[in-house]
Amino acid sequence: MIRLRHRLPKGGFVLDVDVEVPDTGITGVFGESGSGKTTLLRCIAGLERHDGLPVHERNVGYVFQDPGLFPHLTVRGNIEYGARRATTRRVESAPVIEMLGLGDLLDRRPDTLSGGEAQRVAIAAALLRSPDLVLMDEPLASLDRRRKDDLLPYFDRLHDELSVPVIYVSHDIEEISRLCDHLVVLEDGAVAASGGLGDVLSRVDVPVLSGRNAGVVLWASPVDQEDGLTKFEIGDGDIWAPGEFGAGSGPLRLRIAASDVSIARDRPTATTILNVLRATIEEVHAVDAATALVRLGIGNQELLARVTNRSVRRLDLRPGERVFAQVKSVTVRH
Amino acid sequence: MNLFGPLWLSAQLALVTTIILVIVGAPVAWWLARTSSRVKPAIQAVVAMPIVLPPTVLGFYLLILLGPSGAVGSWWVQMTGSALTFSFTGLVIASCIYSLPFAVQPMQNAFESLPKKYLERAWTLGASRLDAFFSIAVPLSLRGFVSGIVLSFAHTLGEFGVVLMVGGNIPGETRVVSIAIYDHVETLNYGAAHRMSLVLVAFAFVVLAAMFVINRRWSER
Repeated sequence: MIRLRHRLPKGGFVLDVDVEVPDTGITGVFGESGSGKTTLLRCIAGLERHDGLPVHERNVGYVFQDPGLFPHLTVRGNIEYGARRATTRRVESAPVIEMLGLGDLLDRRPDTLSGGEAQRVAIAAALLRSPDLVLMDEPLASLDRRRKDDLLPYFDRLHDELSVPVIYVSHDIEEISRLCDHLVVLEDGAVAASGGLGDVLSRVDVPVLSGRNAGVVLWASPVDQEDGLTKFEIGDGDIWAPGEFGAGSGPLRLRIAASDVSIARDRPTATTILNVLRATIEEVHAVDAATALVRLGIGNQELLARVTNRSVRRLDLRPGERVFAQVKSVTVRH
Repeated sequence: MNLFGPLWLSAQLALVTTIILVIVGAPVAWWLARTSSRVKPAIQAVVAMPIVLPPTVLGFYLLILLGPSGAVGSWWVQMTGSALTFSFTGLVIASCIYSLPFAVQPMQNAFESLPKKYLERAWTLGASRLDAFFSIAVPLSLRGFVSGIVLSFAHTLGEFGVVLMVGGNIPGETRVVSIAIYDHVETLNYGAAHRMSLVLVAFAFVVLAAMFVINRRWSER
C-alpha cells in the first residue's frame, strides 16, 4: 500500500488527506472541480510546496491535463528527456513506444501533433522516467469526445500491461469506471470515500456519487451472442448488452447508471426492457426531497437504482425484500 | 591603423562586455522573472538606472569608485599593482554596468513569457532546477538571449560619456572608436571622422536589421 498524507491550507481551502491506496493498478481520484484533486497530485509530486524533497528526486511521473511537450524538442527528444535523467532505467523505450503507437511520430515536432497524440507522447515520457508512481491529472479532459475515444484504448492497454501504480484524477465517472481498480472520492479537500472501485461506487451515502454520477460497475463474463447483443452471466440471471464480445475473454466491466435501473414488485412480462434480474433490497437512502438511491444485491454483486421517494412509499420498499430490477442500459468496458 | 585601431579596441571591449553580461545577466534576469520578493522593484530599478542616468553621472561615480583611492580601485591596486581607471579592464567594468539593462531586460522578458508548465514538467521528468534552466528555459528563451547579446554589444560599441570619464583617451588601451571620432571632429579632421562614423552606422543598421529578421522568423514559427 502507498500512504498519501498531505495537508495544505490554500486561501480559504484546506486540503487534508490521509489515505492508503494499493501499490498496483490504477487508483482513481474522483471529485467535483474545486475538491482538491489536482492540489493532491501536486502535493504528491512536490510541486505545491518547496520545503520537502525536491520534485526531481521524488521519482514520480506526472501527466498533466495540458500535455505541455517541450516545443524545441522532437517527439523522440521529448520521450527521451525523462529516460536520460532516470536514476534506474527499468522501463524500456521500445515497448512503450509500441504500446502508445508512437513509432511513426518520433521525428515530428510537438506543434504538428493532435491533442491526443501529444498526450500519448507525454504519457510515454512520464513512463520512461521509470517512476515509482505515475500521476495523471485529467489527461483526457482537454480532448474532444472523438479524440477521447481514440485515446481510451491506450489507457486500457496501460491498465493491462503496466506494473507501475497509477493515480488517475478525473471528474468523469465514466472514465473512472472504465479504467480504475480502486477509488478515492474527494469532497472539499477531504476524503469522502476510499476503497475498491465496486465497493465505493455502490455506496449510497457519498453525496458526489448520489447525483447524476450514481451507478455501479459489475464484473461479468460473456457467455453467448445473439442479434448483435452479448449475454453476460451475473448472479442468478443474465444481462444482455449491445455489442459483440467474445466468450472466454474473462470477466468484463459493465457500467450501469442508477438512473437506468428501476424496481418492480412482480416480474414484468410485457416490457421492452430485456434485463430483468432478481434482486434483494439492501439499503434505501433518501438523496433529497424527491429521490432515493436503492442498493440491490444480485448474486454477490450490487446494483444501484434511482427511484422517487414517492415510489418507495407506494411499493413500501424495505431492506431485505425480494424485488425485480429492470436494467434499461448497460455499457460494456473493454 | 589610425582607423582600424580604435574600431578593433571597441570591438574587443564590446565582445568581452557582452560575454560577461550574458553570464552575469542571465541569473539576474532569471531571478527577476521568477521572484515575488519585495525587493524586486528596487533591484529592477538599480538594473534599469543606466538607461536614464546621464553617462557623465555614471562615469563620475565609477571614476571615484574605480580610482586608486576608491573602494574597488584601491583593492585592485593592491592586488595587481596597476590602476583600474584609464585602463582597458576599468573600461570593461564600466561598460558592464552601463550596458547591464540592455542584456538583462530582453532575457527577463523572455523568461517571464516562458510558461511555467514546461519547467514543472521538466522537474517531474527528473531535471534539477539547474538542469531545467539549461535544457528548457535557455533554449526556449533564445530570442531573449539574441536580443540581449545584440543590444549589449551594440550599446557598448556606442558608449561615449562613461568611457571619457573613466578611460580617457589612451591609444590602444582606452581610445575606443567613439572617442576617436570626437577627437577627429575636434581637430577638424572630418575625413577620418566620416570613415569611422560610416562603419558604425553600417554596423548598427546591419546588426539591428538582422535581429529584427531573426525575431520575425521566430514569431512566425
